[in-house]
Amino acid sequence: MTTAAAPTATATGPQSTTVRRLLALGRAEATLLLRNRTALFTALVLPLLLIVTLQGTLAKQAESNPGLDVDSLLIYGSVGMILAFVVYYNLTAAYVGRRGELVLKRLRTGEARDIEILLGTAVPSLALGLMMAALIGIGGSLGLHLAVPVNPVLMLVGLLLALATMIALAALSSAFTKTVESAGITTLPIMLVMQLGSGLFVPLEVMPGQLADICRLLPTTPAFQLIRIGWFGTDGSAAATGFAGSWGAAGSHLVTGTIWLGLAVWGAVRYFRWEPRR
Amino acid sequence: METSRASRPSEDVIEVTDLHRRYGGGSTGYHAVRGVDLTVRRGELFALLGTNGAGKTSTMEVIEGMAAPSDGTVRVLGRDPFQERAAVRPRIGIMLQEGGFPGELTAAETGRVWAGMTSGARPVAEALELVGLGHRANVRVKQLSGGEKRRLDLAMALLGRPEVLFLDEPSTGLDPEARAAVWQLVRELRARGTTVLLTTHYLEEAEELADRLAIMHGGRVVTSGTVAEVIAGRPSRISFELPEFDGAALPVLAGAELTLDGRRVTVQTLGLQDTLTDLLGWARHHGIVLGALDARSASLEEAFLAIASEAAHQDPPQAPAAARPARRRLIGSAR
Repeated sequence: MTTAAAPTATATGPQSTTVRRLLALGRAEATLLLRNRTALFTALVLPLLLIVTLQGTLAKQAESNPGLDVDSLLIYGSVGMILAFVVYYNLTAAYVGRRGELVLKRLRTGEARDIEILLGTAVPSLALGLMMAALIGIGGSLGLHLAVPVNPVLMLVGLLLALATMIALAALSSAFTKTVESAGITTLPIMLVMQLGSGLFVPLEVMPGQLADICRLLPTTPAFQLIRIGWFGTDGSAAATGFAGSWGAAGSHLVTGTIWLGLAVWGAVRYFRWEPRR
Repeated sequence: METSRASRPSEDVIEVTDLHRRYGGGSTGYHAVRGVDLTVRRGELFALLGTNGAGKTSTMEVIEGMAAPSDGTVRVLGRDPFQERAAVRPRIGIMLQEGGFPGELTAAETGRVWAGMTSGARPVAEALELVGLGHRANVRVKQLSGGEKRRLDLAMALLGRPEVLFLDEPSTGLDPEARAAVWQLVRELRARGTTVLLTTHYLEEAEELADRLAIMHGGRVVTSGTVAEVIAGRPSRISFELPEFDGAALPVLAGAELTLDGRRVTVQTLGLQDTLTDLLGWARHHGIVLGALDARSASLEEAFLAIASEAAHQDPPQAPAAARPARRRLIGSAR
């Protein structure tokens, strides 16, 4: 250890701003993701495997439901599944991992605000999820000659609602998860609700009417349905509409989606833990 | 900065008034801090001592702005560290009792994250060099030794050239050489005007470094002042062993208190020089060889132990252990 006279003041870095803090945290988190093979596998390969399964399922459903737009549903479902895995699952594990290493507690001693710590940790999950979703979404649309989105604004609103709800749910789930290893189990309920109940894996219109109505009230259904309406002009319950009509179809989803986002944020604020329980 | 320091040499940088901190509520709650008053002046090194569970860390956390006080007021650099954290944080550095850095990042990468989170950060290489970790920059944190992790922690706390530095047990887990180096670094920081508030289990650390100190017990400050003030009035101690076949009576030493344990004699006195002179004269006169002769001035350690046991007698037992905020003990309990 050097005990020579401490160095005289040399270069001094800039002011720490929200953007710099988010980038610094995001960069560190991205490095950690690249060094963690399990997490990387879950983020990159698992969604792709599920897309293959999804294709088979949709093809089978189309046999008993003539007129089902298999191509559109495949791309839409794939995008949703990628977001669920890469953002929700991955982020839950990241929060639990950083909490266990006391990283979150240590970060709170610095200049970053709580929300910046949570969002900064989410940066790589969001970036990777959006990149993969864009790749599949745009690539798939072009490859399968899907229609141009009916209402891009609504799509974007749905996407933001989905991402915000998933970040809040990840923070909430992390509170009930002791170790990174157990995140696979604790995230299962919400993962199942998201995939089976949000119309990603099983389109709501092929479900019995009452079941579909219940599913429309689930936490992430409204956000995903908004993406679908913005993209194709319908959530499958009515005929497709144009830009103007899509706002009407979106109304109820906007309301329930916002309520769920509020509840998820409330739960995250109420239950999130910054350090492990000892 | 330097001029303002020079012009206001006795400015109070940390002011704590009647601080209380309670965990939980009702009958199961735990009252960890019970009315603490502290003042730390600019450029001063202040040590907070106490047994485990005395409330040191609970007090530190509130002063650092990590938690709001249940009662009382805290001012750091003239501001409320909790309500005005955005104004206070860029000017202070905090080192917690336990690290908190991802194991898979290298020391340099850890520094880069923290530099992004810190206003006016010094270069990462400089910060690592400061704590002697320059050659370990590209080693992952999980491969650093316990002492190296501790020093990385200190480097991160120093990254923003803080005016006020909070160190929670900074040398716990360090080997003697690394501890001496940390002490030297802390002395240098203080010499350049940094105000330091540290907690420690090691009394020699406080004795070595602190301008002033406070001893906490049961959530209260039991005594405070300079080392000299705290040990003033505490007796010095002489001990020796009498030869086996000695038939002579014990020496009569004015103003001293003798206790006998087998052949081992312990003398407590407020006048070490006089008592020692009397004792040695007595021994020479009787031709007695005093075995394992040891004489020492009152030390902080003795004062601390005496104060802790006095306080323990006055204080009723605390809330049940289960209600206390759980915290991993880095070293054995001193309780």
